[in-house]
Amino acid sequence: MRKNKSLLLSGPYILWMLAFTLIPLCVVLYYALTDVETGKFTLDNMQQLVQYLPAFWRSILYSLIAAVICLVIGYPVAYYMAHCGPVAQKFLYMLVMLPMCMSFLLRTLAWVGILQDTGIINTLLIKLGFPHEPGEPVINLIRTPGAVILGMVYNYLPYMILPLYSVICKIDNRLVEAAEDLGCNGRKVFSKVILPLSMPGILTGMTMVFVPAVSTFYISNKMGSTETILIGDIIERMFKQGDNANMGAALSLLLMVLVFVCTGIINRFGGDEEGSVIV
Amino acid sequence: MEFDGERILDGINLYFNDHEFLTLLGPSGCGKTTTLRIIGGFLTPTSGDVLFDGKRMNDVPPYERQVNTVFQRYALFPHLNVFENVAFGLRVAKLHKQEIQERVHEMLGIVGLKGYEHRRIDSLSGGQQQRVAIARALVNRPKVLLLDEPLAALDLRLRKDMQNELKRIQQTLGITFIYVTHDQEEALSMSDTVVVMDKGRIQQIGRPEDIYNEPKNAFVADFIGESNILDGVMLADYKVRFFGRTFKCLDAGFAPNEPVDVVIRPEDIDFVPPEEGHLVGTVTSVTFKGLNYDIIVDFRGFKWLIQTTDHQPEGATVGIRLNPEDIHVMHKSEYSGMFGDYSSYSAEYDELTEDADDEEE
Repeated sequence: MRKNKSLLLSGPYILWMLAFTLIPLCVVLYYALTDVETGKFTLDNMQQLVQYLPAFWRSILYSLIAAVICLVIGYPVAYYMAHCGPVAQKFLYMLVMLPMCMSFLLRTLAWVGILQDTGIINTLLIKLGFPHEPGEPVINLIRTPGAVILGMVYNYLPYMILPLYSVICKIDNRLVEAAEDLGCNGRKVFSKVILPLSMPGILTGMTMVFVPAVSTFYISNKMGSTETILIGDIIERMFKQGDNANMGAALSLLLMVLVFVCTGIINRFGGDEEGSVIV
Repeated sequence: MEFDGERILDGINLYFNDHEFLTLLGPSGCGKTTTLRIIGGFLTPTSGDVLFDGKRMNDVPPYERQVNTVFQRYALFPHLNVFENVAFGLRVAKLHKQEIQERVHEMLGIVGLKGYEHRRIDSLSGGQQQRVAIARALVNRPKVLLLDEPLAALDLRLRKDMQNELKRIQQTLGITFIYVTHDQEEALSMSDTVVVMDKGRIQQIGRPEDIYNEPKNAFVADFIGESNILDGVMLADYKVRFFGRTFKCLDAGFAPNEPVDVVIRPEDIDFVPPEEGHLVGTVTSVTFKGLNYDIIVDFRGFKWLIQTTDHQPEGATVGIRLNPEDIHVMHKSEYSGMFGDYSSYSAEYDELTEDADDEEE
């Protein structure tokens, strides 16, 4: 009876997923395995994937770096937040959430405005009298791998902080006292109790940053160069400019597989089944 | 000890002897957990000192004290299995692998958890978790073990078993136990010394028998067991007057005509035919409690609780005799008049102190 009821309630979403996730996936698969002109079955698209491998690796590398940087920046923030008073916690929470209320596109464009050759930083440096070639910026910030990774970190940092914060909040302070009681100084309490217990949050945060970052195209489009082109950019180009939807479908498929493998590896770090997050 | 300017503990002066089982007993909010946390090093007293073998411990952090704690609701590490929980302190101390193995297995044997090494903590029952918590603390061979209401979360039957178990472990290992509880029966049956606390002050320290038989004030008399507490006047040594009669008693050393509190334990009172009684009253209620009847008798408007195996019908007129050893005289205190009157008696009085799960923090 109860089971029937929950089926009834979850039914609409299950139908939705069937219609707009599973079926489109089949369409993607179909496109990936057919020829762009004749529409006949072919493995050509798959064979051509090889030439895009550098972009794949770059996407994965940049996203992983971004995820690790997010963790390094986000963990202390989340830890501090979790140990603040209730008012300060609410305020910091709002502060973390605030950028997410702003349009993603606008946030990225704002960084372009800050970093570009005639942007805020370079203008300021020139005003301060730093030496530079005429018509050249003082430092090259935009169109570098660093700029792309910065864009990823900035945009996805909240997705790291929030799961960490909620996990650290739940760590029972009595466990900290128990560890102290059993001979742990502050550093050991952290490494033997707090860190292992925040593992689920770390894994969730890593996944939540990595997955959207690996398929992003707008950030690299605006803040990167031809040398930092990511797989998301290529897929976008295939569908919008190249009019080769079949190749785009094949790329998407491979990206999906790679994302699965990567999140699988990330979750493997956690070891136990409880900590893992399935995306 | 003060919190936010509020005085929580006042004039706590306690000596703990080696190999002793000492219990801090009191209602919730009386400061017993705070006292324990000061000994454990989780709180630093705002004034006063904690000494350990003559050395001042105030600024020694918990991880450097030779004291281990069994926490309220255990605080076991959920990410470690039974073996690793018990081995935690030994691993931190960087003991040799072989020794860790041996000591953990030995300790799991003592607490009766052999074969549970690889179980997850959340797959254990309350009693088993309790044993892990005790093993985790004892495996470090502390000089003093602090136990903060360790049995509060267990059901009655399990609690009784664990009481015996704890007492046995304490005697086997010869470690000083400092035990916090709000359960007076638990305190009386397990301890060598009982410290009764209320409102952040020690009310009485003594052996369980002394605390029960010679309570110092109305609070102790009421908190430990049941007591009828009456207003009286100490006429002279061994002579006390209450209810318009003079009784012989065993107490001395009071000022002449000093007003006092008189304690009469419900189980010490014997019924006699009305014409032979020192006092005559009317039975107003009878409750069967298994071992005995709880009978409320109205003596001139003051209701007494009498525990007896003799059944008396409601409304009967009864007499009672009081022997000198049944009467205990106490000095008046701030608690006088607050306890010991059974006018508002209800059969649930036992449970009044049972809801003390939430502690002062």
